Amino acid sequence: MIYRENGQFKTSYAADQQIFPILQDRWAILGILAFAFIAVPLLADEYLFRAILIPFLILSLAALGVNLLVGYCGQITLGAGAFMAVGAYAAYNFFVRVDDMPLLAALLLGGATSAAVGVVFGVPSLRVRGLYLAVATLAAQFFWDWAFLRIKWFTNDSSSGSVSVSNLSVFGWDLKSPTDVYLFCLAVLVVFALLAKNMTRGAIGRQWMAIRDMDVAAEVIGIRPMYAKLSAFAVSSFFLGVAGGLWGFVHLGAWEPAAFSLDRSFQLLFMVIIGGLGSIMGSFFGAAFIVILPIFLNQMLPWLGDLVGVSISTAGVSHAEIMIFGALIVFFLIVEPHGIARLWSTAKEKLRLWPFPH
Amino acid sequence: MNMRKYALAASLAAIGLSFTLTAPVHAQAKGKQAQEQFFPVLVYRTGAYAPNGAPWANGFVDYIKLVNATGGINGVKATFEECETGYATDRSVECYERLKNKGGGATAFQSLSTGATFALTEKAPVDKIPLITAGYGRSESANGAVFTWNFPLLGTYWVGADVLIQHIAKKEGGFDKLKGKKISLVYHDSPYGKEPIPLLQERAKMHGFDLSLLPVAHPGVEQKSTWLQIRQNRPDYVLLWGWGVMNSTALKEAQATGYPREKMYGIWWAGAEPDVKDVGEAAKGYNALAMQHGAEPDAKVVKDILAKLHAKNEGTGPKDEVGSVLYMRGLISAMLGVEGVKRAQERYGKGKTMTGEQVRWGLENLDLTQQKLDAMGFAGVMRPVQTSCLDHMGSSWVRVHTWNGSKWQFSSDWYQADEKVIRPMVMHASLKYAEEKKITPRTPEQCKQ
Repeated sequence: MIYRENGQFKTSYAADQQIFPILQDRWAILGILAFAFIAVPLLADEYLFRAILIPFLILSLAALGVNLLVGYCGQITLGAGAFMAVGAYAAYNFFVRVDDMPLLAALLLGGATSAAVGVVFGVPSLRVRGLYLAVATLAAQFFWDWAFLRIKWFTNDSSSGSVSVSNLSVFGWDLKSPTDVYLFCLAVLVVFALLAKNMTRGAIGRQWMAIRDMDVAAEVIGIRPMYAKLSAFAVSSFFLGVAGGLWGFVHLGAWEPAAFSLDRSFQLLFMVIIGGLGSIMGSFFGAAFIVILPIFLNQMLPWLGDLVGVSISTAGVSHAEIMIFGALIVFFLIVEPHGIARLWSTAKEKLRLWPFPH
Repeated sequence: MNMRKYALAASLAAIGLSFTLTAPVHAQAKGKQAQEQFFPVLVYRTGAYAPNGAPWANGFVDYIKLVNATGGINGVKATFEECETGYATDRSVECYERLKNKGGGATAFQSLSTGATFALTEKAPVDKIPLITAGYGRSESANGAVFTWNFPLLGTYWVGADVLIQHIAKKEGGFDKLKGKKISLVYHDSPYGKEPIPLLQERAKMHGFDLSLLPVAHPGVEQKSTWLQIRQNRPDYVLLWGWGVMNSTALKEAQATGYPREKMYGIWWAGAEPDVKDVGEAAKGYNALAMQHGAEPDAKVVKDILAKLHAKNEGTGPKDEVGSVLYMRGLISAMLGVEGVKRAQERYGKGKTMTGEQVRWGLENLDLTQQKLDAMGFAGVMRPVQTSCLDHMGSSWVRVHTWNGSKWQFSSDWYQADEKVIRPMVMHASLKYAEEKKITPRTPEQCKQ
């Protein structure tokens, strides 16, 4: 009843091709943005910002990057963590080695370095596919783990191999309070999400999808696999690099290669699979699921225990958290193998017919 | 509607709720009454390092319970809450954010992970909460003029490495005998394991011994290639900088390689019961540092805990673990935090809740004399600790203890780190940090405030 597009006529190509063709969607997205930019800073407290919202925003950006490569171009990667690490360490080196380097420029240069590295490690994708490619991208993970642990130059000769940054500011805006950091991450994420959405709607995204669906057929109709695949690696690594930079600079403040370990790569891959392959929205759902749910369970279980008068030990809570989280992953993959994003679109379909389903 | 739909709807609702509920759940603990001092406890009772993390946490919590059983901190009740980090830096940061404003504000954080210490070092000054890293953390943070909020009390890894070299030199009959000797460092490939390297390199330059660095990847169960290198090199001594399962694996590999355990020296984190118990006889002769204390089943404070807590079933963890090496380290870590509060109360008012800033002053002016320690039941466990603005470490009393197949026994006299070697390195590294971070080191006048 409320979610219907009857009567919304498109009279121009521009109107037909806009990102959200349905009026209600446009209002909804504007509402969400207004909520995120205005209401959240007024409502949320420091814990919510620092422990939940900021990691969620940054990992959403990383998940977007992985989704472009895995979901849209069909190239499975297990090297996402490595590209984040390259972005973080490159940004760090630009930041400390170049005098008066602006933060934003350092982050973008970190992303660009990561994109270049991504292209190099994407070369095997020209020959191998599927699981074999996943194994090949593992090389990136191990190589960069090794490099950042061993090559002292990357860590500015820090004796322990851990690097740190502080005094961050963007155009004179000091990123000190959690609200500032949150708004900065949100702004970056919005820009990158818009970029991703438009890329996937444009020529380059269509090439990626053609390659994903059947690479021989794509080649026959004139798509260059090398260009399509490597551009997917480059764009994806760029997103990951910027996300890695943000993770190190604004979330952790000080980091070591373990912050971008193989676990991180798996985590990102699971985000996209659970959230929905080939869906921008899905990246956000997946990030929310993986970032927020464990923390929520960790705090919810003792609280539930208190309600029924049982005190659960810290170890017990932690074990239960892992078990419930694992069970939910399996559950979601069984009920909806296409991810939470598909559930979302099914819900939208239902809402269109509501309250008079056939 | 069928079951599947219900289940799906329920789980979606749960996820939706998780957005809205996370805030209230953590907020409800706020607003407790005054006259309580809140101690956040970052622990890892699960994961690869749980066998070592659990006794530390038990000791920490037991000491806080003991303080309450004996009247609190001058009448102020000590409260605590555990948060599981799994030794992961990002979860540690989450725990820090979760606990820092609870119970009227956190007293001091103890992260029990060098990686997390690095991350929290950047956050603590902003939130004005001291960071106690008893026996770990970054070595240069001993300079309190730059690292105002860090307290690497009792010892840093540079102290550990320095004492190890002193001990080896003593065994060989003088520092001049070290020339040409081969010493290998087998280390956990993380900030923790890398901390001692600069000091060992400095010492290698001074005495002309040959230092080889052999990293082991987390969590340390794969060491075949490392020990193959040791078999080929035949170093005169092996220094072990491991944590958790890495230590017992190293000892088993040493046995398989035929490397004498008597020539192996571990840092204080590689010298506890979980490291050697499974290896048993094969670990006989293995040495490790004991930072102040070793296993202390006969100490008065341990007997107090057994009598006042475990006898009433109020203790934490298994009873037979009380007094073991890592249990004692957790206990002493908690004691240092409590003593910081006590010292702060002397200045800011007895029987009051201290803020992070006040506790920081207390920790910086800590003066635990032998008398005080003996009175608290730490006779024979600890030697005096006195901190100052420039010295946030307090003291560096270290002994060596040796595993005799069934328990740890002290096998050396007390050592102290050589200030002439360490102090310049601490100053150099901390001033470099200050320059990077644009921190102006505090002057002696500012220190007095």
